[in-house]
Amino acid sequence: MPEEQSIDIQKVANLARIALTDEEKSKLSGQLDSILGYINKLNELDTSNVDPTAHPHSVYNVWREDKAEGELPIEEALKNVPEQRQNMIVVPKVVE
Amino acid sequence: MEYEAVIGLEVHVQIKTESKIFSGCRAGYGYEPNELVDPVVLGLPGALPVMNKAALDGIIKAGLAFKCTVPDWCKWDRKNYFYPDSPNNYQITQYDQPICQGGEVEIELSGDSRAEMGEHKSIKLTRIHLENDVGKLNHFADDSLVDYNRAFTPLMEIVSEPDMHSGEEAFAFLTSIRQTMIYCGVSDCDMEKGQMRADANISVRPIGETTLGAKIELKNLNSITGVKNGIEYEIKRQIRELKKGNSITQATWRWNADLGRTELMREKEDAHDYRYFPDPDLLPVRIDDEWRKRIQAEIPELPFEKQRRFMEEYDLPYTITSVLIPDRALSEFFEEAAKKEPASAKAIGNYVTNDLLRELAESGRTLADCKITPSHLLSLVEAVDKGTITKQIAKDVFVEMFQMGELAGEIIERKGLKPDFDDDQVKAWCREAIDENPKPVEDFRSGNDKALNALLGQVMKKSRGKANPQSVNQVLRELLN
Amino acid sequence: MGEELQFKTAGELSDLLKGGSVSSVEIVQAFIDRVESVDDRVRAFNSYDAEDALAQARASDERRAKAERLGELDGIPVGLKDNLAVKGQPLTCSSKILESFVSPYDGTCIQKLKANGAILWGRLNMDEFAMGSSTENSGTHTTSNPWDLDRIPGGSSGGSAAAVAACETPVALGSDTGGSIRQPASHCGVVGLKPTYGRVSRYGLAAFASSLDQIGPIARNIDDAALLLNAISGYDPHDSTSYKIDVPDFRKAAADDSDRKWTIGLPKEYLEENSDAAAIKPVLDAIEFYKSQGIEFKEISLPHTEYAVATYYIIATAEASSNLARYDGIRYTSRAESFDGKDSIDIYHQSRALGFGEEVKRRVILGTYVLSSGYYDAYYLKAQKCRTLIRSDFERAFESVDAIMTPTSPTPATLKGAHAEDPLAMYLSDIYTISANLAGIPGLSLPCGYVDGLPVGLQVLGKPFKEDEILKLGWIFESAHAYKDHHPSL
Repeated sequence: MPEEQSIDIQKVANLARIALTDEEKSKLSGQLDSILGYINKLNELDTSNVDPTAHPHSVYNVWREDKAEGELPIEEALKNVPEQRQNMIVVPKVVE
Repeated sequence: MEYEAVIGLEVHVQIKTESKIFSGCRAGYGYEPNELVDPVVLGLPGALPVMNKAALDGIIKAGLAFKCTVPDWCKWDRKNYFYPDSPNNYQITQYDQPICQGGEVEIELSGDSRAEMGEHKSIKLTRIHLENDVGKLNHFADDSLVDYNRAFTPLMEIVSEPDMHSGEEAFAFLTSIRQTMIYCGVSDCDMEKGQMRADANISVRPIGETTLGAKIELKNLNSITGVKNGIEYEIKRQIRELKKGNSITQATWRWNADLGRTELMREKEDAHDYRYFPDPDLLPVRIDDEWRKRIQAEIPELPFEKQRRFMEEYDLPYTITSVLIPDRALSEFFEEAAKKEPASAKAIGNYVTNDLLRELAESGRTLADCKITPSHLLSLVEAVDKGTITKQIAKDVFVEMFQMGELAGEIIERKGLKPDFDDDQVKAWCREAIDENPKPVEDFRSGNDKALNALLGQVMKKSRGKANPQSVNQVLRELLN
Repeated sequence: MGEELQFKTAGELSDLLKGGSVSSVEIVQAFIDRVESVDDRVRAFNSYDAEDALAQARASDERRAKAERLGELDGIPVGLKDNLAVKGQPLTCSSKILESFVSPYDGTCIQKLKANGAILWGRLNMDEFAMGSSTENSGTHTTSNPWDLDRIPGGSSGGSAAAVAACETPVALGSDTGGSIRQPASHCGVVGLKPTYGRVSRYGLAAFASSLDQIGPIARNIDDAALLLNAISGYDPHDSTSYKIDVPDFRKAAADDSDRKWTIGLPKEYLEENSDAAAIKPVLDAIEFYKSQGIEFKEISLPHTEYAVATYYIIATAEASSNLARYDGIRYTSRAESFDGKDSIDIYHQSRALGFGEEVKRRVILGTYVLSSGYYDAYYLKAQKCRTLIRSDFERAFESVDAIMTPTSPTPATLKGAHAEDPLAMYLSDIYTISANLAGIPGLSLPCGYVDGLPVGLQVLGKPFKEDEILKLGWIFESAHAYKDHHPSL
């Protein structure tokens, strides 16, 4: 686990797409540093010969047959859309 | 200083399935916006993905067709990034355990002329993996509109090694992928419908240099020709820059087909941090030999294999195979006739690639719903071989067969196309022609062999075209000696 | 009769309905009246639609009149944590970012309850996106513990537990990711059960941490919890992580009279952890009671207990950071003021900044960090390995015991605002419940007494898919005690 504990809050907030005020940044920074400090506890465990648990039960090949079903009618689908036009969702111009 | 280009392609191919990859919605193109949606496609709270088995079958088929290794297990990962066309703001993909590894694509380059088969090469693949497609953004002046119909269509990502060196090779690579996928029934690879998309990574370096130059990612290559042109332009541009003494900065560019040039889209910011981690909603896939064998058995003879065999077994020239091979149904149609009369394979091939295709185009019919069957072709070829009709007349008979569906024999009977004269009559016409045309006779006797054609033409006219030109030719020569 | 209906259990109400002495409309009306009478103080509900509930009740009565009763729950109100998708009902997850969202589809548990004829009503308060242990992180308001209105009801299913405890609904559904059903049940003196991971479908549950979440019942007694569990359990093709395994009749199993010999494990690390013996005295008394019934106890060790909270907070926040990315102001969430010249990135940043509360931001940022480039191995992968060690602890323990008993919570309900400035302290209070989610095993909390007038819960942890056994063990205690009949005075 990395020694350098301080999170670059601005960088992570950008990745997470959350705008933080300066006040929030400094408060979070302190709290997260202390949480990370606690989490570093896991360094005490030797896990070199341990497999990770990706799923609680060892199951595989869970799938369905290729049949079409379960569509939502357009009015239902767009019911909660903040802004729509021609049955599509309006978003600010996206620069490719 | 001479430069060479090093090119790798990332090709996305939609797998043709009835329903989407992690959702039960219909998969399709051309529907009303946001018609093909459900809670999973919209990324609603509480929605969960469930794998579509047919998508797995499709990619394993593609992988085996391209000689990839299909390992014993693979898993699903989330690729996290925000974009309006992504319902969950993460894509479900395969990061470090893809379902197909390695592989190669055989390509055919252009020959020196259209009649000659070009060089064949093998382009290595790094991997093929499965992921969900995203929605479509439609751009307007002040905003954009999002349509999620395309979201969650099963998508294969085929990644090549940086193994190509020209726009032509890239063109051949995509053509080969498309042909193979169509043969296997995995995808139609129609770029206009977004069923196949390609991005190119292009760099140049001095010939002899082994390290790679800075690479440009080229996007917006919307057709196979566009890929070729865009790459060629970009290669030239990079070489121009280097020759000026400038360096290439890693960035993303786009191909502007209207203006015929590439344009900078964005500098390569810190590579996206996709924060890949195994998708907790989806279980891993285990693949056993039985599954691989079953899929392998479904793979038909592939295009270039068929081409090689047709050329060898039926002695077909490239001019014919190059038209047959891209169309599996047409090739199989041809072979159904040819295997019964291999000696006439070339003639059959000609009828298929010239006459049949012409008639289909003019009538707007497809091979499946036209009246011609392999038996029709055989009947026509037989009539010509027996000398019942000439090749010239056969062409007219073909048109009649196509429109009426009768076999050649029936048409020949019905229209009285059989010669209703005997050899003596032919001889008599030949004597007449000789008598009536002293000039050509004299030219011929003086050594102008071609002068015989005028006499031949006269005999053909007298026989109303039904005489066999080869025999007439022979008789004339005998008479003139 | 109308005044007493709200104090009856779902099982009792079902019998009354069968007997014909009461109608579903009367039952639902009784609960509506109760809500109107006490919820101004308890504030368990985010919203409820009385008209719709009565319409459902009328439909139930009509079915019953035609002898077309659907199931045991036909005509019985079931309260819903506000993160369960019901077509036509709000689905806010107690978050501003979903404050106007109405679900266009039914989750699987909801479909099953509808098929049973249950009256689905009431959107119950919770910690925003299920992140919290007090319901103070709700983006709507704080719910009060019905036993002491200055105290928290626990969380994140605080509204569900408080509503059941205050008799505002006979039963409710909650969700449990790190203890969010069991701990509020303990704080509110009711029964809460987290099923084995995969026992109940998660389709329709707004995801927090996909590998840890489960939906489960909150009720006033074991029989009601079993009744609800019967209705919602089962493999679901819409949830790849749900498990293909038979569903026993949990009600029958709980009441089963067999003379089984039980061996219960007491994890020494759990009891060592807790320095405040007074706070868990009722749990120790409960253990003595079980011993008096001939049940054997032995000390076991779960050596990796102290690493559970750290492991959990890496895995849960990582998965949550990805699961919450969809709440972005684009498709169906509250969107920051219409853009003038803002580009999409701004919409995301602003909508999420305004829509998410402090705890959600904290966890999403932490989760984003632990998955970010260069840190995946050190944090997420490491935590998944520690998770394996924690699971193995339980597997080993279950080789020699049938079930494990612990306190549900280190202390009874704390005062509101107690952990306001110290998120880490709040996280550490989950110490007893968190491991069960990491191991995927089922857990039950049942009321076993009081400390200073505040309810205390006993937690029973079972082997995978052995909800029938932990319900049975709970039944043994419940049958000899009157806690299920106690109601807070409101």
